[in-house]
Amino acid sequence: MRREYKIIEKYEVVPNVHKFVIRDPRIAKKVKAGQFVLVMANEKGERIPLTLSDWDPKEGTITLYVLELGVSTMELVSLSKGDSLYSLAGPLGHPAKVEKFGNVLLGGGCFGIGGIYPLAKAMKEAGNSVTVIIEARSNYLLYNREKLEGVANEFFTTTSDGSEGMRGHVQDKLQELVKDGRKFDHAYFMGCTFMLMQCARATMPHKIPTGVALNAIMLDGTGMCGCCRVTVGGHTKFVCVDGPEIDGHLVDWDELFIRKHIYREEEAVSYQSHACRSLTGYEREAKGGGEA
Amino acid sequence: MMPNLSGRVKMPEQPPEIRARNFQEVPFGLTEELALREASRCLNCKNPLCRTGCPVAVKIPEFIQLIKQERYAAAARKIKETNALPAVCGRVCPQEVQCESKCVLGIKGEPVAIGYLERFCADYEREMGLTEIPEPAPPTGKKVAVIGSGPSGLTVAGDLIKLGHEVHIFEALHKPGGVLTYGIPEFRLPKKIVQAEVDNLIKQGVRLELDSVIGMVRTVDELIEEDGFDAVYIGVGAGLPTFMNIPGENLNNIYSANEYLTRANLMKAYMFPEYATPVERGKHVVVIGGGNVAMDSVRTALRLGAETSTIVYRRAREQLPARAEEVHHAEQEGVLFNLLTNPVRFIGDENGCVKGMECIKMELGEPDSSGRRKPVPISGSEFIIECDMVIVSIGTGANPVIFSSLEGVERNRWGYIIVNEETNETTKRNVYAGGDIVTGSATVIQAMGAGRIAAKAIHEKLQAMDRKK
Ligand SMILES: Cc1cc2nc3c(=O)[nH]c(=O)nc-3n(C[C@H](O)[C@H](O)[C@H](O)COP(=O)(O)OP(=O)(O)OC[C@H]3O[C@@H](n4cnc5c(N)ncnc54)[C@H](O)[C@@H]3O)c2cc1C
Ligand SMILES: Cc1cc2nc3c(=O)[nH]c(=O)nc-3n(C[C@H](O)[C@H](O)[C@H](O)COP(=O)(O)OP(=O)(O)OC[C@H]3O[C@@H](n4cnc5c(N)ncnc54)[C@H](O)[C@@H]3O)c2cc1C
Ligand code: SF4
Ligand code: SF4
Ligand code: FES
Repeated sequence: MRREYKIIEKYEVVPNVHKFVIRDPRIAKKVKAGQFVLVMANEKGERIPLTLSDWDPKEGTITLYVLELGVSTMELVSLSKGDSLYSLAGPLGHPAKVEKFGNVLLGGGCFGIGGIYPLAKAMKEAGNSVTVIIEARSNYLLYNREKLEGVANEFFTTTSDGSEGMRGHVQDKLQELVKDGRKFDHAYFMGCTFMLMQCARATMPHKIPTGVALNAIMLDGTGMCGCCRVTVGGHTKFVCVDGPEIDGHLVDWDELFIRKHIYREEEAVSYQSHACRSLTGYEREAKGGGEA
Repeated sequence: MMPNLSGRVKMPEQPPEIRARNFQEVPFGLTEELALREASRCLNCKNPLCRTGCPVAVKIPEFIQLIKQERYAAAARKIKETNALPAVCGRVCPQEVQCESKCVLGIKGEPVAIGYLERFCADYEREMGLTEIPEPAPPTGKKVAVIGSGPSGLTVAGDLIKLGHEVHIFEALHKPGGVLTYGIPEFRLPKKIVQAEVDNLIKQGVRLELDSVIGMVRTVDELIEEDGFDAVYIGVGAGLPTFMNIPGENLNNIYSANEYLTRANLMKAYMFPEYATPVERGKHVVVIGGGNVAMDSVRTALRLGAETSTIVYRRAREQLPARAEEVHHAEQEGVLFNLLTNPVRFIGDENGCVKGMECIKMELGEPDSSGRRKPVPISGSEFIIECDMVIVSIGTGANPVIFSSLEGVERNRWGYIIVNEETNETTKRNVYAGGDIVTGSATVIQAMGAGRIAAKAIHEKLQAMDRKK
């Protein structure tokens, strides 16, 4: 007696990023911004975490954006409209901290471009002035613009090749805004680990309280196995139940990279060349520039 | 038939050097002939002491008598009067401290192999397709939510469905069975046995709702107030890993036993890449702990190709809490034991992977509150064990997920739920609890026993509700 998790809509939004709309009325009714689900494409698949990027309680549907990376995301992406996922559990994790902070900065890269939308909406509804910055390698890889623009007070894009918006990354735009005298009372970033680290490092000198949606490797997602553990301010935390939002200034980034077998810079970079191969240009920049 | 007082039968099993490299079940089970021979040793005592050692008082001499009469399926049904999962318990109960420890034959010689016989008739019944699905009682119109599909939840569900109540099991994972599925390895408890038990419940009408993390997707209050459940049973187990809290614990290739076994069993990482979930395959594996979980981990590591697989335990051999049979099997398979030894820190290599563990030797001192002699460190005895993988298996705690939204259920200082021992009702009306989430890590049969008590109390409560109307 398996539940059915039917794919209502599925298409490739930009190269390598797939949008899924899935029927699950229970999750659609319960979810709050910042939470995620654990998904199995088929019986032999892995349980992988994906951010709840939008939902419609009336229709009973949820939206996920999947960045195709390795085997499990590939298997997900090979499913079609009308198919059912094997397993879908959620909503999991603590909802993100949403309150009236004042000026809120949200940054998104890779799947985070899709994933920060609920945050932007919730922050806006909580009475904040919301600034959104998204990044990609090139303009044709940016997505979700209209939705983000629809809720943000201010919306910026950055691209590694300068084809749209500022040439650079979220943290470069952030630096520029701060230099122009802009004050932010809270920041939240979602994307690949390298981007999260860069952004958290950028807000640190300006003492902007910063949450990052950490993407540790997970198994059960309910605090049962400890595989998602990270060191935060000297204490061990489980990302699946204590997070995914974690104080970006307290994360032990070195350890986090180690836990992904990627201690040295080059490894961090080659990891990114997997994680964001179509979206950002860190790997090329770090290897001395040059377009792929 | 003359009582046969000659020795207890030996269970046929895979030879150690072969089984240490595969995931098939270790013991083959008794043949009919061996079962008859073993059954003939039972004296059919008037006052069977063996029953007093069984937490659910299985009718031991009665079922063994039925085996003697070659009525194996009837014997299985006799056991099922008090124990819903004999094929499981026959395999995993620590018989040497339960039923068999009390058998009179054990005074002078060896006790009757009650566990083997229990397994024999349960397997016979299942394999011959003789399992009877009980006729459902007329519907009572009452609805019960069971949270968690481990042995205690399955017992509650089985008891209440027979009485005509509507039963829904909510399970967080994508497969039912609790520890029987995600923790205990295939070579000790084949998953098809657990699945067959769950299938029987489903045939009887139990609704199994997988992927349902209660506390997140629904709360207990919502189950009662919005979804119309008349009673709730919490059987969520003790799913929170404990770590050592010593330096270097977050190095790569240091797993909690929960993670290691979940990857290997639930996600079938031993069949990687057919199954997509990976697990590291250490060459020199160290497992910290001495319970069943540690034995399962250390033996799994062997089967995943370890050259050495070592138990590090701070107490002495006699104090290993694991089932005797598992310790024995582990020794036969070549598991190394570093007893009276305690880790102090982990040492990493330049890639952040564990490459060694510094330990200190212990000696036994005064007895502690549990009556066991307490291990105390011998200063200056530090030494290093080289290893490329560590599995921490020093116990579990109460997982907080369900409690984030659960008011009114009081817990003790370890986080376990406080219940009325007669009924297993919690401090919240119509909410019951049992199994590891009440007792802390215990045994399968104790979890089932707790479920049985709660099911009886729930049934009485539901009937009383009707009378009030
Ligand atoms: C809370 C949370 C929310 C997430 N939300 C989304 C989302 O909305 N959309 C999305 O596309 N992805 C999301 N991710 C990341 C996603 O879970 C991983 O990309 C996925 O598990 C990779 O599986 P794979 O088998 O395809 O790749 P693998 O073959 O497992 O990995 C390919 C490469 O990615 C690395 N990797 C593996 N797991 C992760 C991980 N969890 N995070 C980062 N890198 C990893 C591997 O080291 C390897 O280099 C989220 C992760 C977390 C923890
Ligand atoms: C590796 C290992 C080996 C063992 N070996 C033995 C042995 O040989 N003999 C023996 O007698 N005992 C053994 N034990 C102990 C025994 O398995 C447990 O005592 C027993 O399983 C407890 O049963 P339970 O029903 O209380 O909980 P569990 O079996 O832990 O089941 C709880 C279930 O609840 C689910 N759950 C948790 N939280 C939620 C939630 N919020 N919502 C929905 N579902 C939830 C879990 O996913 C799980 O499926 C072993 C334990 C382990 C871990
Ligand atoms: S349930 Fe366990 S303790 Fe009871 S008789 Fe069977 S094997 Fe022995
Ligand atoms: S105590 Fe031993 S001999 Fe007596 S009935 Fe029980 S199993 Fe048989
Ligand atoms: S994924 Fe298992 S504890 Fe977080």
